[in-house]
Amino acid sequence: MEIIIDGQKCEAEAGQTVLEAAQQIGIKIPTLCYLKEVNEIGACRICIVEIEGKGYQTACTFPVSEGLRIKTTSPEIRRLRKLNLELILANHPQDCLKCERSTNCELQSLSKELGVEKVRFAQDSGGYKLDQSTPSIVRDYNKCIKCRRCVSVCEKVQGVKALYPNQRSFKAIISPGYKQELKDVSCVLCGQCIHACPVAAIKEKDDTERVWQVLNDENKHVVLQIAPAVRVALGEEFELPPGTPITEKIVTACRRLGFDKIFDTVFSADLTIVEEGHELLARLKNDGPLPLFTSCSPGWIKYIEHFHSDLLDHLSSCKSPQQMFGALAKSYYAETEGIEPENIVVVSIMPCTAKKFEATREEMEVNGNRDIDIVLTTRELARMLRVCGVDLMKLPAGEFDAPLGITTGAGDIFGITGGVMEAALRTVYEEVTENELEKLEFNQVRGFEGVREASIDLAGQEVNVAIINGLGNVDEVLTAIKEGEKEYHFVEVMSCPGGCIGGGGQPIPTTEEIIVQRGKGLYDIDQAKEIRKSHENPIIKEIYKDYLGEIGGQKAHNLLHTTYQERDQY
Amino acid sequence: MEATIEEITKALDSERTPLISVLHAVQAELGYLSTEGLKIVAKKLDIPLSKVYGVATFYTLLDTEEKGENVIRLCESAPCHIKGATNILTELQDKLDIDVGETTDDNKFSLEMTSCLGICAVAPAIMINGTVYGNLTSKKLDSILDRY
Amino acid sequence: MRNCGHIDPENIKDYITRDGYQALGTVVTELKPIEVIEIIEQSGLRGRGGAGFPTGLKWKFTHQAAGKEKYVVANADEGEPGTSKDRLIMEGDPHSLLEAMAIAGYAIGANTGYIYIRGEYQLAIKRLKIAIAQAKEMGLLGENLFDSGFNFEIKIREGAGAYVCGEETALLKSIEGERGEPQVKPPYPTNEGLWGQPTLINNVETLANIAVIIREGAEWFNEIGTEGCPGTKVFTLSGDVENEGIIELPMGTPLRRIIEGFGGGMVDDKEFKVAQSGGSSGGCMPKELLDTPMDYDSLAEIGMTLGSGALLVMDETHCIVDIAKCLMQFFKHESCGKCVPCREGNKRLYNRLDKISKGEGELEDLERLRDLADTMSKTALCGLGQMAPTSIYTTLKYFKDEYLTHIEDNNCTTGSCRGLVDLEVQDKRGGKDYGNNN
Repeated sequence: MEIIIDGQKCEAEAGQTVLEAAQQIGIKIPTLCYLKEVNEIGACRICIVEIEGKGYQTACTFPVSEGLRIKTTSPEIRRLRKLNLELILANHPQDCLKCERSTNCELQSLSKELGVEKVRFAQDSGGYKLDQSTPSIVRDYNKCIKCRRCVSVCEKVQGVKALYPNQRSFKAIISPGYKQELKDVSCVLCGQCIHACPVAAIKEKDDTERVWQVLNDENKHVVLQIAPAVRVALGEEFELPPGTPITEKIVTACRRLGFDKIFDTVFSADLTIVEEGHELLARLKNDGPLPLFTSCSPGWIKYIEHFHSDLLDHLSSCKSPQQMFGALAKSYYAETEGIEPENIVVVSIMPCTAKKFEATREEMEVNGNRDIDIVLTTRELARMLRVCGVDLMKLPAGEFDAPLGITTGAGDIFGITGGVMEAALRTVYEEVTENELEKLEFNQVRGFEGVREASIDLAGQEVNVAIINGLGNVDEVLTAIKEGEKEYHFVEVMSCPGGCIGGGGQPIPTTEEIIVQRGKGLYDIDQAKEIRKSHENPIIKEIYKDYLGEIGGQKAHNLLHTTYQERDQY
Repeated sequence: MEATIEEITKALDSERTPLISVLHAVQAELGYLSTEGLKIVAKKLDIPLSKVYGVATFYTLLDTEEKGENVIRLCESAPCHIKGATNILTELQDKLDIDVGETTDDNKFSLEMTSCLGICAVAPAIMINGTVYGNLTSKKLDSILDRY
Repeated sequence: MRNCGHIDPENIKDYITRDGYQALGTVVTELKPIEVIEIIEQSGLRGRGGAGFPTGLKWKFTHQAAGKEKYVVANADEGEPGTSKDRLIMEGDPHSLLEAMAIAGYAIGANTGYIYIRGEYQLAIKRLKIAIAQAKEMGLLGENLFDSGFNFEIKIREGAGAYVCGEETALLKSIEGERGEPQVKPPYPTNEGLWGQPTLINNVETLANIAVIIREGAEWFNEIGTEGCPGTKVFTLSGDVENEGIIELPMGTPLRRIIEGFGGGMVDDKEFKVAQSGGSSGGCMPKELLDTPMDYDSLAEIGMTLGSGALLVMDETHCIVDIAKCLMQFFKHESCGKCVPCREGNKRLYNRLDKISKGEGELEDLERLRDLADTMSKTALCGLGQMAPTSIYTTLKYFKDEYLTHIEDNNCTTGSCRGLVDLEVQDKRGGKDYGNNN
């Protein structure tokens, strides 16, 4: 159909909105509450356009129809948009200079775009208390502009539904419930709401100060582990194109910050594959319980504990790579290096906010020593590097320390949806068939669809696997499993869309396109590695031989496995 | 409490999307909508707790705070305003020694404002629990309050 | 309202004696749905909820819309301050509503109707429940009405205290057990309404006209009222008139006649100052507009609204700023909080009026009020936010001097603005409170 936008004739398709049609011909209508296909509610009124015969309408919601005549800009439209923006600004603290989202804030950019010079209303900031009730996420009600993007992402993308508008009128707030804090409800702390938030109303709990303190403490031996997804995303914080792998530079940068050892979570990802692969084979042999669910994504663990606790015995009992790392650092590493575990501080750099919570789970300790002491997100690491004036691109390459920094490509792809599955298949296949894989890439399990399935022939036994990409897809699969419609043996679940590369602790913005780039970065790293199968990691072989004993044995269980608990859904 | 709420949700089982009807009934039965009560409602109806709160706090006739035995709702709409609702408010505040949104020490009265009660011909008006009183004067107010 | 006061609303037989349910019988046994819609279209009946949309057209759209189920919803969430016509109809003549809903159901192809009624209207709820039970018992609701094979049932849903639920999309959300927040249109309820199905929503008063139109014919209805707005309108008259109350008059009756004739003039022969037409979201009409015919079109021409038919009449003792402030207090409380201009705008309008009423106003405040009111009416998501500032517009137009007196002379001539009366004392204490300004 043909419509006319600002005097230009333009082809539009039925089902498109005015906003989409305008974008096609290079007209950018400003938006704020709009999140494509997730939040299209026309609440902020910033995208208003004038439609002949229909008055002022929101471009993000108004469907095109034959012959529609639209004006997207005029002195009057600009005046109206600006006044509505001023109304938002008058209720938003004007402390941009001190705000961590400054220069990366949609409200700030919009204010500049619309040419706001002053706010003609008195400043009125809420006086609300921050919600700092969880180890992962901080909610600042004072900065919230009530765009509801977090509500929609939590409900439609993640299926968690922990947030909702409460109260009404100017008192309306977005919250987990009347007088409830995040800790009181079934929030899984995945942090996807942080990416949805256009301002700094939702952010990670900042733990950088704790890290500065231990780095400054001479009695502490501070070891660092860096998750795979961090190395393809951190560069974005320093103006590099999304997905640029900068592993070696990160290592050097972190050394400059003063960490005593720089290790790699990819190492413990390899270890996870060995343990979890063993567990899968045992369950296949002993009839279950099947399917086996992966357990490396802490948001998923919390989700199943809240919403499907009847299936807890399907979870792999393996700790996540982050926790396995900590357990080994304070046992094997401490012993071989002759350092008291009490004096070791394990810091993780994770793409994830839920990892902060995972580290605080009661059961995550060995002999009274916490597996992990402090967890930072990718964004927090960037913050520390900036404070120290680290010029990332000019740094020489560095190498991870041995032994806990020796890794294989299989561990690297843990950071992308389908990666844990692929890494596991590489190991399990060779273990069962005793043949060497000709081609290491399992393309059937790659991709970004919400649910993917594949069948793998393991020496005559057909193994059905599924990959769930994002918590919003979990219920559909679990229902199919519970009702017997699907019979899977092994299911990988990643809380965040795209896997850890799309995690709630990653640089802002994290969009679909950016996630694809980060994923490509991880596959490239794997491709370039000499060893690409976890069970061939030489250090892991050594550790089992010298320290852990049998795979899945008693010692491995004490250190590397964990338990789960039922949590309230309502 | 769980049994009471279960009974209510069962009775409204045939109603499609009955959340608000359930909240009305729970409040009538239990006085107000406590956190515990709302959690049970969420569970029985399988609705996210955040939404149950969101709905309960949207409507003024639903109370998420414990109220006094009798809730006085004073109409604040224009027709009552021009007939002196402001004076009635001051009178009520003085007589009960509480502000809007508060409950008397003896838990006998809570004071709330409400939008139009639809009896503008007898403005100014108040509603105590379900009963409406109009043509209010200071003297009349005394005799009305005495009935409770 | 022809039956109100003439029948026992708790006895269906009284209603039937006065030709009740005759129209429904005729419709389901003798007319095709489209013929029913044609009669309503020809009658020229327009929605009595406030917007004045042609009722027949609405029925036609819902009739034409595809859906596996359709619904008729009676909007009985009469929240507009100063309005009680629907309450009177439901309390006094409940069956006229039920009969109309069944007729509408037949016309659009729905078998279920919902009455969404304010939780505050307990007597009306009770009478409607009795009426539904009696109608069911007599086979006038339920299955196979008049042996036509047409089924229709009616359910009551109680609101829970939210003015915004009078807005049709918000009302539907509320029935769906949600926060009563208006939704962007399109889609319109006629196509995607209750639970996503085509839904006809009519105001109680609109529906109360249906049976009589069917019985007496479209032409008969056409003869009442004005050419563009046929029929009668129920007005709720309140304020400083001798006789307050509810009256049904032909459309187009001039304001002066309503006040002087039916209202019996001003109390104590005080001077008329202003009448607000259409409830809190209506415009304020000064003396010079007393001869305006009260119908949708005539009022629209001068920037006023008929709205719900509420008429709040005020004499010279009332202050315009004080009234505007009271109205904004109401909207500030009743905004649903979803869209920016309404959530923030009403609060800001109130704050600025409050500032003026305390003698702290500045000349530029008037410009700000106008600017903000205009932005709200153009960009708010629903009718609540769009109409909320009507009183600001109209009072700034007709009573600007009174605002100026407050600002320039720090004077409220009526003494209503207590802040101004206290002002001297505050000044002596050495300062005003600017804490919560504009």
